[in-house]
Amino acid sequence: MMDARKKKRKVLLMGKSGSGKSSMRSIIFSNYVAKDVRRLGATIDVEHSHVKFMGNLTLNLWDCGGQDAFMETYLASQRGNIFSDVAVLIYVFDIESREVDRDLDTYHAIIEALREFSPNAYVFCLVHKMDLIQAEHRQRIYEERSAVIRSRSAGFYVDTFASSIWDQSLYKAWAGIVHKLIPNLVVIERFLTAFAKKINAEEVILFERSTFLTVTSVTSEVGELNPIYDRHERLSNIMKAFKHCAARNTLTTPASAGFVVMHTKTPQFNIFLGRFTDNTYIFLVVPPGEASYNCAVLNTMLAREGFSKAAAGGGGDGFPLPPPESLDDSNGNGTA
Amino acid sequence: MSDSPVARVSRPHGPFIGREFKFWKRRRQLPFRKSEAELSLLGNLQGNNQVAAPTQAKSASVPNTKGPDVKPRLLLMGLRRSGKSSIASVVFHKMPPNETLFLESTTRIQKDSIHSFMDFQVWDFPGQLEYFESAFDLEDIFGSLGALVWVIDAQDDYLDSVARLNRTILTVQQFYPGINIEVFIHKVDGLSDEYRTDTFQDIVQRISDELSDAGYENAPVHYYLTSIYDYSVFEAFSKVIQKLIPNLSTLENLINTLANNCGFEKTYLFDVLSKIYIASDTRPVDMACYEMCSDYIDVIVDISELYSWDHPSRKRLGEQIQEAESHVVLHDQTMIHLMEMNKYVICLPMHSLNILIENCRYLCLVSVIRNPEAKDKRGLIDMNCRTFQDALNEVFSRSWEEGSAPQDGGSTAEIK
Repeated sequence: MMDARKKKRKVLLMGKSGSGKSSMRSIIFSNYVAKDVRRLGATIDVEHSHVKFMGNLTLNLWDCGGQDAFMETYLASQRGNIFSDVAVLIYVFDIESREVDRDLDTYHAIIEALREFSPNAYVFCLVHKMDLIQAEHRQRIYEERSAVIRSRSAGFYVDTFASSIWDQSLYKAWAGIVHKLIPNLVVIERFLTAFAKKINAEEVILFERSTFLTVTSVTSEVGELNPIYDRHERLSNIMKAFKHCAARNTLTTPASAGFVVMHTKTPQFNIFLGRFTDNTYIFLVVPPGEASYNCAVLNTMLAREGFSKAAAGGGGDGFPLPPPESLDDSNGNGTA
Repeated sequence: MSDSPVARVSRPHGPFIGREFKFWKRRRQLPFRKSEAELSLLGNLQGNNQVAAPTQAKSASVPNTKGPDVKPRLLLMGLRRSGKSSIASVVFHKMPPNETLFLESTTRIQKDSIHSFMDFQVWDFPGQLEYFESAFDLEDIFGSLGALVWVIDAQDDYLDSVARLNRTILTVQQFYPGINIEVFIHKVDGLSDEYRTDTFQDIVQRISDELSDAGYENAPVHYYLTSIYDYSVFEAFSKVIQKLIPNLSTLENLINTLANNCGFEKTYLFDVLSKIYIASDTRPVDMACYEMCSDYIDVIVDISELYSWDHPSRKRLGEQIQEAESHVVLHDQTMIHLMEMNKYVICLPMHSLNILIENCRYLCLVSVIRNPEAKDKRGLIDMNCRTFQDALNEVFSRSWEEGSAPQDGGSTAEIK
C-alpha cells in the first residue's frame, strides 16, 4: 500500500575522474570524515547506492566513474540506460583541472544526452575543491567558472555551488540539492511557519536525521537579522562532527549514533534539538525566557504527535500533510 | 595511553619556605643578571648584537619579580623540531593538528599571554637557544615561573635531549627549586603501544638516574606521553596547570561530592578557551569521557557563535538564569551535562606567587551521566550544580593565606 506512494529518485553523480564525486558522497551519506576519503579508490563503472531520505523519498544514487573510457560508454552504448528517468544530475567540476575546455566539452555532451532522455531533470553543478583557491579569489573564480558552465548547459537551468569537503560549503550544496527533491515541501514550510510564529521562535530548522542536511527552515523577522548567513551549513557540520565523536566514544558506528534530545540555554538564545519525524530532527531557536522556552519544547512534542497522526492517516507522500486546524488545536492546548 | 603519568615524584613540601629564602639570598649573587629590557632585546632581536640596557631598569626589575603584574609562566623547552610550537598552537590557539606541519621553526622566544580563567604566559623557546649563556638572565626566564615543560621527540634519538634536560634541571633546581618540571614525551602517536612504554621507561630511568647521581632524589619531575593528534596533550597540560592551582584538593573534594550525589560518571571543571580542565573528580581518567566533554564544549561554543548576535530588536521573553546551561542525551541514553560557572568574578591567588587571577568566567562544569533516569531528574542535577557553583565561588573568594578549605558541598541533594 505504501509502495505506491514511495518515491524513488534517480540521481546521477558525474564529473571528471578524481574530481571528488565519491569523496563527497561518502561524507554526506556514509558518515566519512573529510580526512578519511583519501582511502577511497577510483570508482569503476557505476556504483549504485540507495539513500533513504525523509520518509518515503529514496535517492537512487548513481556514482559514475569519471575516467574517459567510462564516459565514452555512458555516452554511447549505455546512453539509454544511464540517462533515462533521471531526476537530478549532479556534475562535479574540479577547480584545479588544467583542461577546462575539455571538461566543458564532456559536460556539454552529457547535458545533450540528458536532454534527449530526461529533459525535465534538475541539473546541479558543483565547482569543487574550492579550498585549494586562495580565499580572496574564491568568489571571483567561482563566478567566472559558473558563468562558463551556464553558457554550455544547452538550455537547462543550472544551479551552481562552490564546494569543498573541508568546510561547510559541501553541506550547503547538498542541502540545496535535496531541497529540490522533497515532495510537499510547500506544505511542510507552511506548517513550520505557522508553528514558528506560535512559539515565538527566531528560527526553526528541520535536519535530515542521518546526513544532518538542512531540509528546510523558517526564520522570523528578527531571526533574519542574524549576520551569519551560512549558519545552517555550519550547524550541519558541527552536529555531524559531534555525532562522530559520540560514535567513537560509545563504540558504535556513526550511522547508529545520534541524539535523543539537546537543550541549550544561554542569556542570548535558547536552543532545542529533538527528533521530529522518523527521519528528521527539529532545531528551535527561541529568545531567552525559561517559561516560554519550556512551552516551546512542549508544543514541539505536541506538534510531533499531531504530525505522526496525520502521517498515519496518510495525507500525502514523502511527508504527511497535517490539516491546518488540528495543528492549531494542539498548539492551543500546549500554550494554555 | 589513558593514564599517562606513571612515574610521579612528589615534591617536598616541608622545607620549602626555608629553601626558598636561601635561594633568594643566593640569587642576588648571580653574576649574570640582566634587566628585563635586555632580555626582551635578546629575545626579539636575536642576531642583532646590540646589548645596551638602561641601568634604571635593572634596579627596577628586582622588586618587580614578585609584583602583581607578573604572570605565572609556562616555559616550553626542548630540542629543535621536538614539537613545542605545535603544542602551543594546538592547545592555546585551536590550530588543527595537521596544520602544524606548516609552522615555521621558532627563532625567538614566543611570549604568549593567555587570558583565560587565569592569566598566564606561555613562552615558546627556540630549540637552539642557549639560555644558560651569560647573555640570558636566568632570573628573567625562570623568576616568575609556574612550570617548565620539556618536550622530547620520542620518534627521534632522545639521548641528546635527555642530557640537555638534565643539565637544565640541575641548574634550575639549584636556584629555583619551586619550579615544576614537566616532561612531555611527545609524538607518541607514531609509536606502537609496546615501544611507547619502553621509550617512556627508558627516558624516566635515564633522567632519574642522572638526577640521583647528582644528589637530587626527589626532584619534582613528572612525565607524560603526549601527541597533538589526540587529546593526550590537553590531558597533560591539564595536569600541569592543575599543579599550579592552590585549592586543587578542595576543588576535587567538591567535585567528588557532587559527582557521587548526582551519579555522574565523570565530571570535569573545564577552562572553555583552552579546553584544559583545572579539576576533575578523582575517578580514573577516562579518555572517552574527556573527548566527549571536550567536543561538547566545542559544539556549544560553535553554536553560540552562530546565535549570539546583538540586535536591539532581539527581545527576551522572560526571566532566565544568566549562566549558560546545556545538556544532550545520546542514542545510548548517555547524557552530557554542561554548566557555565561565571556568577562572580573571582580572585584566585597563584601558587607561591602572590598573583591574583581574576575572572572565572571561562570555567564550565561538564559531566557525563550514564544513567537513563537522569533526564527525568534534570531539575535536581541543575540544582546540585548551582550549589556546587556557590561552593566554588566561596573557595575562590577565600584568600590563599587563610588556607582553610570551606566545608561545603554537603548541601547537595542526593538523587535517590
